[in-house]
Amino acid sequence: MFTFILRRLGLLIPTFFGITLLTFGLIRMIPGDPVEVMMGERSLDPQMHAEALHRLGLDKPLYAQYFDYLSNLARGDLGQSLVTRENVWAEFTTLFPATLELALCAMLFASVVGLLAGVLAAIKRGSLFDHGVMGISLTGFSMPIFWWGLVLIMFFSVSLGWTPVSGRLDLMFDIPPDTGFMLIDAWRAEAADPEYNAGAFKDALMHLILPSIVLGTIPLAVIARMTRSSMLEVMQEDYVRTARAKGLSPARVIFVHTLRNALIPVLTVMGLQVGVLMGGAVLTETIFSWPGIGKWLIDAIGRRDYPVVQNGILIVATLVILTNFIVDILYGIANPRIRHAK
Amino acid sequence: MSLLEIKNLSVQFGRKDAPFNAVEGLDLTVNEGELVGIVGESGSGKSVTMMAMMGLLEGQGRIVADKLSFDGKDLLTISARERRKIVGKDIAMIFQDPMTSLNPSYTVGYQIMEVLKVHQGLRGAALKARALELMQMVEIPAAESRLSAYPHQLSGGMSQRVVIAMAIACKPKLLIADEPTTALDVTIQAQIMELLVSLQKSQNMALIMITHDLAVIAEVAQRVAVMYAGQVVEMGAVPGLFRQPVHPYTEALLSSIPEHSKGASRLSTLPGIVPGQYDRPAGCLLSPRCPYVQPNCRQDRPALSPHGEGAYRCHYPLLNKETAR
Repeated sequence: MFTFILRRLGLLIPTFFGITLLTFGLIRMIPGDPVEVMMGERSLDPQMHAEALHRLGLDKPLYAQYFDYLSNLARGDLGQSLVTRENVWAEFTTLFPATLELALCAMLFASVVGLLAGVLAAIKRGSLFDHGVMGISLTGFSMPIFWWGLVLIMFFSVSLGWTPVSGRLDLMFDIPPDTGFMLIDAWRAEAADPEYNAGAFKDALMHLILPSIVLGTIPLAVIARMTRSSMLEVMQEDYVRTARAKGLSPARVIFVHTLRNALIPVLTVMGLQVGVLMGGAVLTETIFSWPGIGKWLIDAIGRRDYPVVQNGILIVATLVILTNFIVDILYGIANPRIRHAK
Repeated sequence: MSLLEIKNLSVQFGRKDAPFNAVEGLDLTVNEGELVGIVGESGSGKSVTMMAMMGLLEGQGRIVADKLSFDGKDLLTISARERRKIVGKDIAMIFQDPMTSLNPSYTVGYQIMEVLKVHQGLRGAALKARALELMQMVEIPAAESRLSAYPHQLSGGMSQRVVIAMAIACKPKLLIADEPTTALDVTIQAQIMELLVSLQKSQNMALIMITHDLAVIAEVAQRVAVMYAGQVVEMGAVPGLFRQPVHPYTEALLSSIPEHSKGASRLSTLPGIVPGQYDRPAGCLLSPRCPYVQPNCRQDRPALSPHGEGAYRCHYPLLNKETAR
């Protein structure tokens, strides 16, 4: 198991370099530079423009800039935002809990509903339920996130008035951001002062529901379909027949002998969905004005805030890689054949 | 009273209006402690019969029978819950390919102990001790450390021993071995067969041995049923059936054993294959391949006729004829 982890870690290094090169290159391919965006194209004096670029170190040749970037990274310096002058890492850690909270809720929603629907569809293969689940999940997978989000807001928030339209919490509440997770903060604040903060937790929860559903829809569809097909495949295996020949109950045959093996490919897919979640978070946070990483990055790209874009994406990418790494390890635990592979 | 009694069993697959009979009008009895062989080509319905009896077909096949009783219990009317109390405990089955018959995600020990937990309610130290005892009974070396091994860490022969340990865990009255050695190396085959036969004797189980290996059956079985295209075509005591086969198919099977073709330039074979779903003949199922076929064989399907202790299904049995080996 130890060598397994070491080998996986070794693979991370080239991936990491690839990401720095990509983010560094892509943001510089977009026309315009930070100074131009800040000052406005027309009023910009070429002399001042050059001086500002020089001050920011952006007049150096690209390879020198890339080298500077890497050597700063190696020292653990993620730089400052060109716009707010705030430390990138500090900005990230302030905003990240909001995204994490949303992503976790979305993944929870997607996993629970997806696994359940997938398993049931496989057991009742060919039934109306099966066709229904597969049809709906194909629709969910094909739906553009921004459109789906707006439809849900129109229906549940505007027409029915069940949920709030945007944000994390109603403005009338003033909750100290202790953990950064609104559910926890609101719950604690309400517990501390039940009268003043009455209903804060419920409000935070209501704010989370729609964004979680929107962000979780694609992972849900993928997980449900993957679970179903994986279950169907494993149900044909000889060892499932052996399990039935042992006189085990149908529940034991399904959950102990079939699902455990069927989960292996599903786990991988769930790990890959973390990347999808981060991509989806950008759109979802924009639609719901959710103050998280996605919105932060979109704003930074608009302002050509190079350090924020480069390092923000680098951090997000590292998180995605790490999640996949953890999934790989879980995969090794779930599947002894991989753990023991040399 | 027989331990297992099957009368006129049919297993149908496919559409109701155009069913395919994988097994048709099958009669079979097995007495306590008896070793019965079932032989026949691939596709003759040997495994399906056993799976149907154990309730492992899971709604894929329709099972019809006049009688299907085990140990005094009617398996046709029994509830699924009641059946699960018998299956895995009093009737156990060993499958063809040991490498795929064990769940790759659980240790060998877990899979053996699971049976003991479910059927005998064993827990804790007694559970582990019994699992170890079973591993030793099937002659697995270093049994204690092997309990925590995963199936992929075992060879085919070892895996099959584990499968056997699992099957005999609750001292079944009937063990069904479905081609238990087909997927194994030749050297291992004999060992596994020997183990099964010795366990059958020491545990006093009835054993149904499904196999292609006629030599083994001739050696160890008390009775043998020859199956062809879903029917028992001949049934009789050993060695009588091997000395004097009555059905042309049995004769053809025997003459295809290489030892019986010594001196001949070519191995004797029965041309053609078992008829499938769409080419079942109207008359005797063997008629397209039978060397002794007569015109009425192609129209009338022969019924089972008693013969000594056994029976055969043929219009023109080889009763007074020297066998054409």
